[in-house]
Amino acid sequence: MPVAVDANLVQTVLFYVFALMTAGAAIGVVISRNIVRMAVFLLFTLTGVAGLYFLLDAEFLAAVQLVVYAGGTLILIIFGVMLTSKSPFSRFEPKLPEVIVATSFSVVLFVALVMGIVHRPTTTEPPAVGSGYPIERFGQALLGDYLVPFEVASVLLLVVMIGAAYLAKRRESDMPVQELTEAPKRAKSWS
Amino acid sequence: MMSIGLNHYLILAGLMFVSGLLTIMLKRNAIGILMGVELILNAANVNLVAFNHFSYAGTAGQPALDGQIFAVFVIVLAAAEAAVALAIFLNFYNNFQTIDVERAQNLKG
Repeated sequence: MPVAVDANLVQTVLFYVFALMTAGAAIGVVISRNIVRMAVFLLFTLTGVAGLYFLLDAEFLAAVQLVVYAGGTLILIIFGVMLTSKSPFSRFEPKLPEVIVATSFSVVLFVALVMGIVHRPTTTEPPAVGSGYPIERFGQALLGDYLVPFEVASVLLLVVMIGAAYLAKRRESDMPVQELTEAPKRAKSWS
Repeated sequence: MMSIGLNHYLILAGLMFVSGLLTIMLKRNAIGILMGVELILNAANVNLVAFNHFSYAGTAGQPALDGQIFAVFVIVLAAAEAAVALAIFLNFYNNFQTIDVERAQNLKG
């Protein structure tokens, strides 16, 4: 059956494309020393993960990943970068011993993970059931079996919104005085 | 050609996890550390969705969804965590005029 083989080949090629993008950008986040470049690499990683979700028949999750992560969280992080660095190219170098210790620890951990994955007890893997799923079942599960976590998550988002706004608010005592006095003058000089 | 199985996704997620861990350990910029946390959460999400797709056949002939719903909650938590962490970093920056985490030593004995 040539059609099935074709679909398999396409899946394989797409997986390697997205996996290369994700892994390369993840390593780029580690290697890059410029915080703006790190943010761009993170964007590629998040997009690649969204592509992997598509390959895993999780279309809704892929859309959520693109909208919330790539569109929301990453923009938030970039705002943080802009607000907290005097020059966006400022850099802090780690010390060499730190690099050696951290890298060797990570390599050992990664090798251990791969060994564990390859030699894991193989269960009989069922063939991937069904391609695609109705989005209604997702919504029903979210408002049925997972109703309590769903509502707790919404309360959490409210709490986080209020808390973050309170934390990020500039204190009255921190406010520079000249900002308050200069603004009206400037307005007058324009008129 | 070998078809893509669960192991491929797990190894990729392992690489992402190690990258995130290394980012957390090596970066001194607080926002860089936040990016490492995001990488680790994404690795966990890939694992959840891959296990959902390959290992769990679901009930009544319908594909399983539990792993994907877990992943949605992880995304929500990651967004909330990023917002609070950035608010804290902004406060830190206002107090210390830097974002270098090595300078946060007020509580050091």
